[in-house]
Amino acid sequence: MLEAIDLQCTRGERTLFSGLDFRLRGGELLRIAGANGSGKTSLLRLLCGLLAPAGGSVRWHGEDIRRLREEYWGRLVYIGHANAIKDDLTAAENLAIACALGGHRVAAGALRSALDQLGIGGSEHRPARVLSQGQRRRVALARLALSEHSPLWILDEPFTALDARAVDIVQEMIASHVARGAAVVYTTHVELEIAVAVALRIDLGAAAV
Amino acid sequence: MLETAVFVIRRDLLLAMRRRSDVLTVLLFFVIVVSLFPLGVGPEPALLRTIAPGVIWVAALLASMLALSRVFAQDYADGTLEQMLLSASPLSVIVAGKVLAHWLMTGLPLVLLAPVLALQFDVPQNFLGELMLSLLLGTPALSLIGTIGAALTLGLRGGGALVALLVLPLYIPVLIIGAGALDAAAAGLGAGAHLLLLGAFLVMAAAFAPWVAAVALRIALE
Repeated sequence: MLEAIDLQCTRGERTLFSGLDFRLRGGELLRIAGANGSGKTSLLRLLCGLLAPAGGSVRWHGEDIRRLREEYWGRLVYIGHANAIKDDLTAAENLAIACALGGHRVAAGALRSALDQLGIGGSEHRPARVLSQGQRRRVALARLALSEHSPLWILDEPFTALDARAVDIVQEMIASHVARGAAVVYTTHVELEIAVAVALRIDLGAAAV
Repeated sequence: MLETAVFVIRRDLLLAMRRRSDVLTVLLFFVIVVSLFPLGVGPEPALLRTIAPGVIWVAALLASMLALSRVFAQDYADGTLEQMLLSASPLSVIVAGKVLAHWLMTGLPLVLLAPVLALQFDVPQNFLGELMLSLLLGTPALSLIGTIGAALTLGLRGGGALVALLVLPLYIPVLIIGAGALDAAAAGLGAGAHLLLLGAFLVMAAAFAPWVAAVALRIALE
């Protein structure tokens, strides 16, 4: 379903990677590994369509994602490095906005249960500015609990700032989603064993010079 | 699609309510700039009546520009803009929603305040209607054009100064037509033709600016 064909990425004068090919089907988990500066985040941004490839293409069901645009983005959930959390809004308001931008409105009860699932149910009416980094990350990741319909999750360092309990919860969410037949691509520096039938790995190696 | 735009407008208005100082800064800037001129040029009523259209329009234009850098900067910094770019709704629709919210927070209050401030210039009563109407048509056009500049300079060092250099020349037609409408009204010629031109400018800006800004945002985030 998600295919990278002869993908090349350059940032400024540096070529981060080139000739990258892979195919990810539903029910498969793909971990992008590599040193800092090796191009993990750039690869995820390429897979989302936020970045234009210097060469090659990314395809979704055989169609170039840069042609599909909104049709592809409507099926994708991307949680980036930045949490997309507003300090002046409450946890529930932030989550509602993230879902609305993703194209679906969510009832207050569903927002509450998603935040509960991530262990921050008691903070739903607190402004994000008083939440810790880990709690803010949990708010961002609570969107996953409301995105079971999405066939593709792309997660950039989802475990950053999370405590051990939250890491377990997110791992379970990823495993369940893959078991439902969806594809998940993620990067992490944490060595984790996520229990899925097919787990693939791409190592981008050392940082490009 | 429109539902997302409405949601973005509500979100931006909610954020503005929680950060009222941002909106009040623009309004206070407008009040102070307009009020400085009668103090600076003296109390001669004929002179004040002559300069009133230009002063009010230039102040509105500068006040509108003051808030431009905030249209996308905070969403860019916290990662929300990435999510907007990956929305299932077209980015131009989201940008249009943000422009409308920006105008409701910064442009509409200027329209409502302008007649009160115009009293300092001893302008006739019948001038106030045309003043409000010209600003009602002109300030959304300023927000639309300004959004293009804000998108083009997003993430650049010294973006605030650059946006002024980019946007001010583009504001000139609106300034000439808007101030011209008030001059015509003051001369008893009627402001109809100028207001129609402003309306046409607004329609053209509404048709193209969100689309151009959306393209600029995609380039800025690459």
